[in-house]
Amino acid sequence: MNGAAAVLAALERQGVDTVFGLPGGAIMPVYDALYDSDIRHILMRHELAAAHAADAYYRASGRPGVVFATSGPGATNLVTGLATAQMDSSALVAITGNVASSLIGTDAFQEADVYGITLPVTKHNYLVKSVEEIPRVIAEAFHIASSGRPGPVLIDIPKDVQQAAFSGYFEVTVDLPGYRPTTRGNQRQIARAAQLIREAKRPVMMVGGGAQSCPEAVNEFARITGIPVISTLMGIGAYPYGAPNSLGMPGMHGTVAANRAVTGCDLILGAGLRFDDRVTGKLSGFAPDAKIVHIDIDPAEISKLIRATVPVVGDLGNVLPELGEQVGKLEIDEWWTTIREWKATYPERYRAGERMVSQEVIELLRDESGGGCIVTTDVGQHQMFAARLFTTDRPRSFLTSGGLGTMGFGLPAAIGAAFARPGEPVVVVTGDGSIQMNIQELATVFKHRLPIIVAICNNGMLGMVRQWQEMFHAERYSEVYLADCNPDFARLAEAYGIAGYNISDRASARSIVREVLAKGEPAVLNFEVEEAEKVFPMIPAGAGVGDMIIGDQDPDDVGDLPLGEPEGVGA
Amino acid sequence: MSRRHVLSVTVRDEPGVLVRIAGLFARRGFNIESLSVAQTERPGISRTTFVVIGEEETVEQVEKQLQKLVDVIKVIDHSEAPFVDRELMLIRVAVSSPEDRVEIRQIAQDFRARIVDVHRDALIFEVTGDAGKMDAFIDQMLPFGIVELTRTGRVALARSGGQERLQPRHTSFAQTEGLSNA
Ligand SMILES: Cc1ncc(C[n+]2csc(CCOP(=O)(O)OP(=O)(O)O)c2C)c(N)n1
Ligand SMILES: [Mg+2]
Repeated sequence: MNGAAAVLAALERQGVDTVFGLPGGAIMPVYDALYDSDIRHILMRHELAAAHAADAYYRASGRPGVVFATSGPGATNLVTGLATAQMDSSALVAITGNVASSLIGTDAFQEADVYGITLPVTKHNYLVKSVEEIPRVIAEAFHIASSGRPGPVLIDIPKDVQQAAFSGYFEVTVDLPGYRPTTRGNQRQIARAAQLIREAKRPVMMVGGGAQSCPEAVNEFARITGIPVISTLMGIGAYPYGAPNSLGMPGMHGTVAANRAVTGCDLILGAGLRFDDRVTGKLSGFAPDAKIVHIDIDPAEISKLIRATVPVVGDLGNVLPELGEQVGKLEIDEWWTTIREWKATYPERYRAGERMVSQEVIELLRDESGGGCIVTTDVGQHQMFAARLFTTDRPRSFLTSGGLGTMGFGLPAAIGAAFARPGEPVVVVTGDGSIQMNIQELATVFKHRLPIIVAICNNGMLGMVRQWQEMFHAERYSEVYLADCNPDFARLAEAYGIAGYNISDRASARSIVREVLAKGEPAVLNFEVEEAEKVFPMIPAGAGVGDMIIGDQDPDDVGDLPLGEPEGVGA
Repeated sequence: MSRRHVLSVTVRDEPGVLVRIAGLFARRGFNIESLSVAQTERPGISRTTFVVIGEEETVEQVEKQLQKLVDVIKVIDHSEAPFVDRELMLIRVAVSSPEDRVEIRQIAQDFRARIVDVHRDALIFEVTGDAGKMDAFIDQMLPFGIVELTRTGRVALARSGGQERLQPRHTSFAQTEGLSNA
């Protein structure tokens, strides 16, 4: 057995059955060993896409994703994927080949300092020096990636190490004295948190990505206490959107109810989140009257931006049940009356004119799929519309690049999710800009006939940038126009062997969506939508929640166009 | 309030651990005033000592971010309890007359600075002590002319007993933070 075979054997011991990647010179021994292995390798068309797929594999299943890439350009192509996973706390193990040890540092062909380059975008990384280290390093990597606050770990293995004879043991005990995540909450802190929550008159709970791994605990806490629940972009689905306690998303493009509740509350129970600036807006204006109870597994996130009144370091899944028991049922009827009023006054709404808008496309997909699909998104206006309208009641089912905001995430993420949860349909909500950042992966979709529907909200624009230019740059539209040379997306899909549709009217939109959903085969739906549509509400960057622009969500500003109103959303 | 903190960071001797720490400081915009690294009594374990200047919250964030690094075993903020700190300086002072020579040697004696190199027109002294002593010595030598100097940066250890008392702060931030807010 050589080092490369040892890598695969060690992966198998971690329960890995699927790997995403793309080969090259410096990782050929591993690919050679793959030939004899039971591990299934999904050949992607770009290493970045492979990284996103592995990331989404974790997000959709809770099992760490694995990606292989070669040295130099292969490894540097991973960087955006690692940063994306790091920002959203996704457990990802990347294995890269490097040039032979004797060549490292000589600017050899396809050499790059991958260890140095990836250091700031990983939770931890390794440069393997000798073949004996392989089992230990792989065991540590999986442990680090998936425990505590999850994150990406990269293992760089020189080619000679892959080729060296391996005769070691695979039984290793992970001993990392510097890495001992605190998972059980401190009892005194929990008691103090419970007391604050009980005393609060206007409390809200805000759940983030950390809640995706313990939705039961979140649900149970909300049920016992009756607390209003706000889900950040990363927390979507961890608490069912349709549940009566749900207020939707906070922040820059959050719901009016969620933002008003944050501003008016006297206590925020932050659970598994990091108070990102897209959530808080201007810090001084954020929740001015609130005490903060902050539960997170990463102590460094507590009091980083928002000073916690009571910090609790620990795993939400452990802390919430204890906390719920001590808090009990809250008497907050008056607060709920106010919140219900906000919810009733500001339901999700938009104007639909002659042309379709992205919002109705997303609602159509949601209604026709009956909430039973996994949703992935790209980044832009369509992402924010999807976050608010493609509502899901299921955890790990709304996958989006939140922290890094990586255009190009959607399609490869759908591939990762499709392998993580076979049989479930996946809808990619994307834009005409974003889809072109990883469109080559249609080949991977075709190869495996994955049940992925790519829904392009084609506004002919880098729409989100256009919105900012309209609102904050005096309508000086600079380099956002795509329409004049966007490809014919339907024909492009067909060139990849996938059914493609260009859709510009409502009637055919519904029938085509029904048809492709029923077939369960890959399809690209190119919806031609209004170019000037904007996402509202909006809190301009750097402004406070009080400066929220309600826009077409304002019931007093009806105008002369009919308002679309989603069914089953709102109060 | 912005003030100086002396942080002792015990790390596993893994390749790249210094890059990790230095990178973290750079990335998060924390300023290091001085930094020193050396092996400890335990094989495979090194101690780095940082002096950082910052607001309480910033330094707390520095400590937590350091603690998050897998290779970092323990972080101690010496400003929390009594500690001993020392620094070593080598300083070359110009000697332009026999009178100066006598005077310089006299001052050096007061500082318990050792002469480690003698030349017709310069002397090199080795000075150890806390940062204040270094600065005072430099002040005294300025009139004669300082040709060049180099300092190691500070190293520090908690005074006896301090170690145990500091422990909780570094195993559970939850506790100490909670207390400070009580
Ligand atoms: C890789 C990357 N480059 C640039 C951006 C900046 N950016 C954010 S949204 C956006 C426009 C996205 O356009 P599109 O995918 O068509 O979505 P739309 O906003 O039109 O719905 C851009 C360029 C980004 N988020 N990611
Ligand atoms: Mg667009």
